[in-house]
Amino acid sequence: MVKSKRSIVISYVLLILFTAIVLLPFIWMFLSSFKSQRELFQYPPTLIPNKWMFSNYTKAWNSGTVNFGIMFLNSMKVVIPSVVFTILTSSLASYAFARIRFKGRDTIFMIFLAAMMVPPVVLLIPQFLMFTGLAWIDTYLPLIVPKLFGTPFAVFLLRQFFMTISLELEEAAIIDGCKRFRIWWSMFLPLSKPIIATLAVFTFQFSYNDLLNQVIYLNTASKYTVQLGLASFKGSYSTRYDLLMAASMFAMVPVLVIYAFSQKYIVKGIIMTGLKG
Amino acid sequence: MKNEILSAKGKRMTLAQKDAMTGYIFIFPAVFGLLAFYIYPIISQFVISTYEWNVLSDPVFTGLENYITLFRDEIYLTSLSNTTKWVLFYVPTSILVSFIMALAMDMPVKGIGFFRTVFYIPVITPIICVALLFVWIYNKEFGILNYLLSLVGIPAIGWLNNTHIAIFSISLMSIWKWAGYNMLILLAALQGIPETLYEAAEIDGVTPFKKVWYIKIPLLKPAFFYIIITSIIDAFQVFTEIYIMTKGGPGYSTYTISYYLYSNAFEYGQMGYACAIAVVLFIIIMTCTLIQNKLLGKNVTY
Repeated sequence: MVKSKRSIVISYVLLILFTAIVLLPFIWMFLSSFKSQRELFQYPPTLIPNKWMFSNYTKAWNSGTVNFGIMFLNSMKVVIPSVVFTILTSSLASYAFARIRFKGRDTIFMIFLAAMMVPPVVLLIPQFLMFTGLAWIDTYLPLIVPKLFGTPFAVFLLRQFFMTISLELEEAAIIDGCKRFRIWWSMFLPLSKPIIATLAVFTFQFSYNDLLNQVIYLNTASKYTVQLGLASFKGSYSTRYDLLMAASMFAMVPVLVIYAFSQKYIVKGIIMTGLKG
Repeated sequence: MKNEILSAKGKRMTLAQKDAMTGYIFIFPAVFGLLAFYIYPIISQFVISTYEWNVLSDPVFTGLENYITLFRDEIYLTSLSNTTKWVLFYVPTSILVSFIMALAMDMPVKGIGFFRTVFYIPVITPIICVALLFVWIYNKEFGILNYLLSLVGIPAIGWLNNTHIAIFSISLMSIWKWAGYNMLILLAALQGIPETLYEAAEIDGVTPFKKVWYIKIPLLKPAFFYIIITSIIDAFQVFTEIYIMTKGGPGYSTYTISYYLYSNAFEYGQMGYACAIAVVLFIIIMTCTLIQNKLLGKNVTY
């Protein structure tokens, strides 16, 4: 008992220490978002703003060719189809890999597993040349279309989860005359909420924050996403930190909200798949 | 009578075949995506890497010349050694940090949801915000980090200006940003360990340290296997942080393979050469993955 009490105390100390390390830069970011550019570069630095510049937020919001509202919409044009179709297409394939018997099934699944290990940077140039050939540069298509066909990671994760769903349930359904498609749609998808939430958050966060591909494929300022809007505060000579800090605060909101709502599912989702101990 | 049995059997056959057909239809979109966006690019990558191809002119077949040039290219070799430094520092440190985080969170502590959210905030924060924030925190003259150090009498350090330190400074930031992701996976794995195992250990009077070493680490093998592989793959590809924070500088001290690949392809338009860099990177990463499969993968069941 005494020993476990001691380890709980150590845990609290560690957790508080980690919380401080994680949060301090954000607190600094938050306080800085209200300072003037001059105060930001004052030495010694100030902690609390001398003068609260709430105008940083409106200035940052309207600083680009299009305002951040439009950039949010642009980001969503990429993110929403990516998330929805990654889940739909991948889970349909995962259902077949987990439940239907057909020739070559396990071999094809092994290829998906291997593809999961392929580093994205290796695909960068051939994909760029392919999309250039299709005249898709400066459109959202290169950012959306590959996701319409699912991802190997999603196929893997969902298949692991589907394997854990009890078989009797499904056999009863087949006797009832349900078609495979309906089993997938009205049984497997609703039963897989934790893992779908996990996957949705991972895909959302990845797609929303994917600076590299957005830099490569989007040029016109009116098509800018949130990431490109943030990147435009970094000038060739100096960075507008006052505006960047303010914009960072509202750029984080969408992902933070989604994560806060789904975080209890996420751990559950990971526990129930093959990643567990 | 005989005919009936036959037809019944025939019908069952078509049912199984029909079901298999459904299987193929279900996997078709995903397989198409795999062919179009993974397999085709990988093959064309190998082909392009054998051409001298500046985007403005027609490609000229040169065989393995790009590869020969590559291994005599000082900047490439520097990038390779910088990337190795990065991997060797980043992977063990970040896994150790996330393991300690996960162990602390696996205790019966209050406010677990709060900690879980806080530790994940850096992961979901746009990299551009984090990277530019740290450029400023790390600034030699007016950065907050050197200011805090000056309060305890440590002279100013050029976190991003010093050729020996810069890559580690960026790496530390990266660990700070991504530790929450691996923490989540390890935490989930820890919470999947049945309580009865600990009870048995407690009756036997096992110390907490031994509990971690003999019970938790072995049972976490699959989770460790997963995060080691993905961390190594990610670490070898480090790009965005470099691109935003130092553009490879000072000198070539933070050039990484991916950054060199990017500048060849998208700044100098050397597609053939960039593809050769990508092919070598691909081979390096695949070799690492295979070695790990041999060393760690024996007991991992997918």
